[in-house]
Amino acid sequence: MIIEKELTTKYLTVSMGPQHPATHGVLRLVLELDGETVVKCTPDIGYLHRGLEKLAENKTWPAAMTLTSRLDYCSAVANESGYCLAVEKLLGVEVPERAKFIRTMTCEMVRIASHIIWLSAHAIDIGAMTVFLYAMRDRELILDLFEMLCGARLLHIYPRIGGVRCDVDQKFLDGLWDFTEKFPKLIEEYETLIDQNRIWLQRTKGIGIVSAEEAINMGLTGPVLRGSGVPYDIRKIAPYDAYDKVEFEVPLGKNCDVYDRYRCRMEEFRQSNKIIRQCIEKLPDGLALNPDAPGLDMMPGPLKKAAPAPAPAADGTPASKVEDGPAFTEIYSATEVPKGELGYYFVSDGTGKPYRMKVRTPSFIHISALQRLCVGVLVADVIALIGTVDIVLGECDR
Amino acid sequence: MTDKVHMVEVAEGVKAIPEANILITSVDFLANWGRAGSLWPLSFGLACCAIEMMVAGAAHNDLDRFGIIFRGAPRQSDLMIIAGTLTKKMAAVARRVYDQMPEPRYVVAMGSCACTGGIFNTYSTVQGVEKIMPVDVYIPGCPPRPEALLDGMMMLQDKVKTESCKWGGWR
Amino acid sequence: MGRLEIDMGPKEAAEALKSSFASEVREIAEFKGGQVSVTVAKAKIREMMRFLHDAPELQFQFLSEIGGVDYMGKKEPRYEVIYVVFSMPHKAYLTVKAQVPEDDLAIDSVMDIWVGADWRERECFDMFGIKFNDHPDLRRILMPDDWEGFPLRKDYPLQADLGDREWKGYLDVVALYERNKKYEVHSR
Repeated sequence: MIIEKELTTKYLTVSMGPQHPATHGVLRLVLELDGETVVKCTPDIGYLHRGLEKLAENKTWPAAMTLTSRLDYCSAVANESGYCLAVEKLLGVEVPERAKFIRTMTCEMVRIASHIIWLSAHAIDIGAMTVFLYAMRDRELILDLFEMLCGARLLHIYPRIGGVRCDVDQKFLDGLWDFTEKFPKLIEEYETLIDQNRIWLQRTKGIGIVSAEEAINMGLTGPVLRGSGVPYDIRKIAPYDAYDKVEFEVPLGKNCDVYDRYRCRMEEFRQSNKIIRQCIEKLPDGLALNPDAPGLDMMPGPLKKAAPAPAPAADGTPASKVEDGPAFTEIYSATEVPKGELGYYFVSDGTGKPYRMKVRTPSFIHISALQRLCVGVLVADVIALIGTVDIVLGECDR
Repeated sequence: MTDKVHMVEVAEGVKAIPEANILITSVDFLANWGRAGSLWPLSFGLACCAIEMMVAGAAHNDLDRFGIIFRGAPRQSDLMIIAGTLTKKMAAVARRVYDQMPEPRYVVAMGSCACTGGIFNTYSTVQGVEKIMPVDVYIPGCPPRPEALLDGMMMLQDKVKTESCKWGGWR
Repeated sequence: MGRLEIDMGPKEAAEALKSSFASEVREIAEFKGGQVSVTVAKAKIREMMRFLHDAPELQFQFLSEIGGVDYMGKKEPRYEVIYVVFSMPHKAYLTVKAQVPEDDLAIDSVMDIWVGADWRERECFDMFGIKFNDHPDLRRILMPDDWEGFPLRKDYPLQADLGDREWKGYLDVVALYERNKKYEVHSR
């Protein structure tokens, strides 16, 4: 008589990170593996939590802008622009036309730079090292232009509340125009390297499929959402700065997989190039900074007192107890940064410092999406998925 | 034999006998030359400075010409470049990785946050990497340019070349 | 799904919410930039969110953000949890602010409506200590698991030299460094 015993195996728990060459920063993924297949994925974040939101409560509006560059450090100007936009709406500061076009131009430049870092990191993780070297070489051209403009390569702190720090000169515009002439050829170079490559297609097609309803429910934004075919781009829906005065398209994907998101971002390179060219052509004359806007020498002021409490409502429910407290004003303002939707929720009490600054960052949501995306895939696909959701831990942990 | 042997000083600390193809130097010099010429760092990029570190390793400012190749595992590296803000949650991880590196090992604190905590003087950041491990070279900047990182590497190479008796069983 | 006839802006959406949940809505305020915020009591927040999500004329299907605010001493009740929702057909944002008093620091979780609310509620708990009922996995997310205190509250210091009362995980690392100093090969 043969008694068959059932062989059971246990899942292997592997901690990927926080020190890992492929996790794009200090991300820790706790993977439970059944052989090579991932059964459960639990991201563990917080290794770069620097207390940015609490730190901003102690600084005046212009000073707190310096902290926002450190959120998504690959695209600093975009974060700062979003911050300035929100504060301008809150304080009621006007921005001159020229400054709006300059901001749009620099935001698109930084979109190209950020997507280059995405492409380099994504490709080198999957194994295509040449793309990293080619793309970083071209990113140096953009960084040289930024250095010519404002002196900094990475963390620019270039926009100001009410405009931008300094005006652009003809030398910068000529250099930028030359760059936009060269750049489409360079994009084709990167595509020649990987677009039709057999290994790239095998590693990216059919991986990480997220349907449109799921993506909306999870809160994904940016190219990750547009790869699933949802046309959600804040530059089109609620245009800010000069985006309603330039023409561009928003690329959408069809198959909702890693390859489609890659194609979306490659198309965004071309669209950003187009926007920059239009901005240079249409740049109006005028001031670059509103002279009445609060500058860096802004001092905190006294608390603004509220109006007396309103009368209770007709059916007897009492109004919210405001009494002698300060008048709080709030705003939520969102912009389209390279990674997705960056939103600032400010509560202001009139003292010139943010009472509460809450930053809605795309990377925070995208890493939580990894929990569901990484189930049932191979370990090598986890690397492709981390690359496709394009995360930056400074933004996630704040 | 009364002829003097023809010795030429080819570099500081190195003598040569050209006719016999012999080089005479000290073990210290040889060990230091080998170590300084092939410093292999562990990629420990934490925040914004990691982007500048990546750029320093890329085509424009090539670190490979110094013999610097980024390794993924601490067991195979002899240098740790801490690029970015170190938080208290990450401090245990950083110390553990440092302990796993074989000696001789060096630590470079890149960026203001790694040197002294930078602008993030908050409840969750360590005010400087030196609080949890000994540091050899400090590179200030927010973020430091890739040229500054190269300068820091060369400073470290100079430091390595001045060491003596850090090999074998005599340590 | 029929054609949407009314062009529903945020003000109309707020009025629709008020007409369905009149007893819960405290105040409708319009702030700068054409944005509308609705201050509500926290008791029926899940039903209100489901109404905003499912009602065919509203369709606020995109949850932008969940955050917490601490009004210590300046306003009663002390905490507010804000929900920013977006409607794709109408292209409108709406902010719903649920008031949470200090002595009953709990509110219903909206995870059954939006899967993406998971981590944002955990962050609210981590930073303020507000508990979310029926959340499957409510634990700290940004701070270490055994951290004491809730950092974004107004009575928590930004930076304090705590000495021995520091988080134990960090004190252990510093003690390890002190112990191993004498074994270091190189004198720094």
